[in-house]
Amino acid sequence: MQRPIKLSIAALGGQGGGVLAEWLIEIAEAEGYLVQSTSVPGVAQRTGATIYYLEFFPRAEAERLGREPIMALMPVAGDVDCVVASELVEAGRAIQRGLVDPARTTLIASSHRSYSITEKSALGQGTADAAGLIELARGQAKRLILFDMDAVAEQHHSVISSVLLGAICGSDALPFSRRAFEAAIRQSGIAVETNLAAFADACQRAQRGDATAQLQAAGGLREIPARARSPKLQPLLERIWRLPAVARAIALEGVRRTIDYQDPDYAALYLNRLERIRALEASPWELTLAVARSLALWMTFEDTIRVADLKTRATRFARVRAEIRAEPDRLVGITEFMKPRVAEIAGTLPAGLGAWVLASPRVSRWLGRATGSRRIRTNTVSGFLLLHGLGGLKRWRRGTHRYATENARIEDWLARIERLARAHHDLAVELARAQRLIKGYGETHERGWQNYSALLARLEELAARPDGAALLARLHEAALADEEGQALRRELAALA
Amino acid sequence: MAERSFAKEVKSLRLGAGAEFRGEGILAVTKALLQSGVAYVGGYQGAPISHLMDVLADAQDILTELGVHFEASASEATAAAMLAASINYPLRGAVTWKSTVGTNVASDALANLASAGVKGGALIIVGEDYGEGASIMQERTHAFAMKSQMWLLDPRPHLPEIVRAVEQGFELSEESHTPVMLMLRIRACHVYGRFMASDNVRPPFSPDDALRSPSRDYGRIILPPSTYAQEREKIEQRFPAAVRFVAQRRLNEFCDGDAGDIGIVLQGGLYNNVLRALELLDCADTCGGSRVPLYVLNATYPLVPDEWTRFCTGKRAVLVVEEGQPEFIEQAASRILRQREVATPLLGKGLLPMNGEYTVDVLRKGIGEFIGQWAPALRGRAAGRPVTEAPLVPAAQLAKLVPPRPPGLCTGCPERPFFAAMKLLQREMGPLHISADIGCHSFATLPPFNMGNSIMGYGLGAAGASAFHTDGPRRPVAIMGDGGFWHNGLTSGIGNAVFNRHDGLTVIIDNNYSAATGGQDIPSSRWPNERRQGNNSIVDAVRGVGVKWVRHVSTYDMTQTVKVVREALTTPVRGPKVIVAEGECQLNRQRRIRPLMKKAIGEGKRVVRERFGVDPDTCTGDHSCIRLSGCPSLTVKPNPDPLRTDPVAHVDNSCVGCGVCGEVAHAAVLCPSFYRAELLYNPSWWDRLLARLRAGVIGALQRRSERKRLRFAL
Repeated sequence: MQRPIKLSIAALGGQGGGVLAEWLIEIAEAEGYLVQSTSVPGVAQRTGATIYYLEFFPRAEAERLGREPIMALMPVAGDVDCVVASELVEAGRAIQRGLVDPARTTLIASSHRSYSITEKSALGQGTADAAGLIELARGQAKRLILFDMDAVAEQHHSVISSVLLGAICGSDALPFSRRAFEAAIRQSGIAVETNLAAFADACQRAQRGDATAQLQAAGGLREIPARARSPKLQPLLERIWRLPAVARAIALEGVRRTIDYQDPDYAALYLNRLERIRALEASPWELTLAVARSLALWMTFEDTIRVADLKTRATRFARVRAEIRAEPDRLVGITEFMKPRVAEIAGTLPAGLGAWVLASPRVSRWLGRATGSRRIRTNTVSGFLLLHGLGGLKRWRRGTHRYATENARIEDWLARIERLARAHHDLAVELARAQRLIKGYGETHERGWQNYSALLARLEELAARPDGAALLARLHEAALADEEGQALRRELAALA
Repeated sequence: MAERSFAKEVKSLRLGAGAEFRGEGILAVTKALLQSGVAYVGGYQGAPISHLMDVLADAQDILTELGVHFEASASEATAAAMLAASINYPLRGAVTWKSTVGTNVASDALANLASAGVKGGALIIVGEDYGEGASIMQERTHAFAMKSQMWLLDPRPHLPEIVRAVEQGFELSEESHTPVMLMLRIRACHVYGRFMASDNVRPPFSPDDALRSPSRDYGRIILPPSTYAQEREKIEQRFPAAVRFVAQRRLNEFCDGDAGDIGIVLQGGLYNNVLRALELLDCADTCGGSRVPLYVLNATYPLVPDEWTRFCTGKRAVLVVEEGQPEFIEQAASRILRQREVATPLLGKGLLPMNGEYTVDVLRKGIGEFIGQWAPALRGRAAGRPVTEAPLVPAAQLAKLVPPRPPGLCTGCPERPFFAAMKLLQREMGPLHISADIGCHSFATLPPFNMGNSIMGYGLGAAGASAFHTDGPRRPVAIMGDGGFWHNGLTSGIGNAVFNRHDGLTVIIDNNYSAATGGQDIPSSRWPNERRQGNNSIVDAVRGVGVKWVRHVSTYDMTQTVKVVREALTTPVRGPKVIVAEGECQLNRQRRIRPLMKKAIGEGKRVVRERFGVDPDTCTGDHSCIRLSGCPSLTVKPNPDPLRTDPVAHVDNSCVGCGVCGEVAHAAVLCPSFYRAELLYNPSWWDRLLARLRAGVIGALQRRSERKRLRFAL
């Protein structure tokens, strides 16, 4: 006896899985099918993972039998013809539930990521392995339609449900005519034109079996030019060329960054420091590589001057317009949320003065009154001039209190690395990587510095142990495990 | 203004005899009520029956035409008490709620109703919130039916059956003078299907008729000696009458199969999934033709002893498929068979799990084992259908690839800044004991807030903190939603705190609606509703029951919120402190605002649309902003900086510009990476002029520094 066609939709609460289900019901009935649809929205409607489940059975067949099919109210492992997932991890979840059968199931999924809170609240890198998920989908599905449906929806100013509908239509997973699909969109009477455009695009991609999922790429490294545009930079470039091949690309970024942050002399200082380390090791240059990265980041610490500089650039203004999708002629205002504390202000003062301010509670208190929440409107002349002026202090940066502090810290860090480099090479590499802990602003930055210092305090002890490097790596991870520093405290206690 | 409008669907409530009705199960129930000549309807929203309340609210015109009285009751207790109208008069009444939570609230009234007995049919439609998608503790409504002796219908999840159950439920109630519970599981409430409609029936007797000639009978009052008589009546008349009705009207169904020496008894609600399981075991066809004889209990209480003996006699074994625990049906049936000396082994729990939803996968396994043990011949054929039960990839590896996705507060939710403020305050004051409550704010117990030590029930947040009102080192904090406040919190929490001289803090989170259940209006809702009296001030109510220390804050003003909460926890003033933390539910707000904004822009009015963003080059990928907010629109993206590996924060286009990002950045001294962009629609000539001047100056300066940078470009 003929069995119903089974389709399961895995969506995120509020993503319109319900709309998609309603469309499919209309289509099926128009095409002479009996259809049953169920869902379990509940609390999951609030941004959680939701499932919609539909079964289809030809009305004519039921009439021939004189009996109606009994349809299940939930998808069953190994018994689903088509699984639709509006997001990559939800596709993974469907596979986890056993809904995707390699011998049977067409998997139609969007390759875009909508990160769950557990992923995005990590102190460092906490997002799921998208490449792994795509590989999983490729291995598990009988037929796979996988592309960034969110992007396609965006591109047609439509919603992902119309893209999914198009993909379902194009995949031929359901025995329904394209005409019926389009009719359903028209009947809904909302944003018909844009929805139809998105539908058509997706339908075509599905027909040619589009499973080309491009992942959103992180910033890549660049080719190293043979000649610098300005002769003043040529020596720097040549020094990069003299570095081990593996480290060049990173070093180039480091030089770019330090020039952009300060000036070519500062980049020269960066290379001096890097070469000091390079001289201490041989291939495979692990330490040089680690230091090249960490040193560049540390030397370009985010002080008030840096932030002001970055916020006032033309490129930044353009990026904001792009981010918010402002039409070319749209007037756009930009408001910054600054809250400089005494520490930040003192940091920007000449070293001696800054130290004095921080040392004297009375002055700090007095300055404290001047601090507080600032909303700066960068698109106004006054707001812009304020930040632009602050960014202009760059030329005096080397004299600031913050610079003195960070510079001392960097030198201490390098000295320790140098000391460890020969006898405890691996530990030195881990120490170089530990710079990653020091990031953010205000309290976040202080927390990072404290964690880093806590690691330093145990360095000698670690050097004495054969597994010192591995332990430092463990501590590094622990420091990034939770904000309250519980994991780190546990690990440190475990050491002793 | 409910989250979902059924304005379109309710048209189908007018369908007459012969027309085919298509729609959600819960909508079919509404239609069935009208077809049964119901005179009054009440209830309290909550998944999975929220839509029933929404449909009724949207169907007001049709109800008025038919002379049906509908109320959005203040609580399930109110709704249950409403059924009192059916005690003395031939009035058919129906109420609905989420079970078992709602049934708990209602049980005082229900118990008295069940004791008094009814003249008019009284139907209680409960959404059994059990299994996947449930948001409450896992219990059975069955126990309430037994303890108060109300009948329990559990129809097949098939629209014609559900409609029939409603109509027969009223008759059963009248025949046996007993309220009847109609239980619908989550998926049955949302199942889309069809049935042949019949005409709506105007209630033959109306509340007005009752008021014109009130009738009274001391025998129906809950006082001795009536109560003793009522108990006897239950046993001697009502119970037998019910059993008779269920048997004579064939509420339960028998399907024979060729494997006649075994059988399966199942709750009607599980029918479709049991049949699918049998089909996958090759013991049934697609259209319900089962080879194993079935006894389908569309009425799960009371049971019909004769039917049980008939079904079980001569069988080698019978499996009882009964979801949830304790296994009341299995226990009762065993007793029946023992008394009637039917020796057939009764199996159930053991082969099937004691707890948890009976999904098709679970049923396939349990029934498969049953058949394997008692009718291996059938099982032999079951090899037929290949079904991979597990993915190819090992579970452990999958678990790593697939992170959990807990629900959370929506984009721009007004409750987010409040809990962010609480998080900041606890950093400063140390951890607090927080008695949480039911509502959207329950999500604060999940990441990223992880706040709240207990949840005692809807509106019971304040009551749940009662034991902590000592002169201890720190004051306890109780959370309560505006929905829970009006449901019972005003008396159970606030009034109680005043009376018992509590010293702690209760925060009433006022988002203007019963938001978690779908944005239904409540007494303090502000937006015009021509059928209800809104705008009743929570602050006044709180003062009214005697609270002296009351503050009102806007949740979006985090700095102020932190200040006020700190004050509440540290002030020398004794007595209960109440903070009404207000911010309109963003889902409802957007539904309200969006069309207005569109219209204004269309009309050429000057409009500013705000949204937030993050500068990726100043963001260091620490994500403390996300840990303080957790807004769905505040997410991460791969770091564009080749030297940095940690993803950067990023605000996507779903941002509604609620302002929390800026507040968090300020209140938490977080990071300067956030910016607010103001998009200006229909600028005035002055706007344009000013913009041009600004662009002139700023552009010139920017070009200068660009040139400088270009000199040293590498």
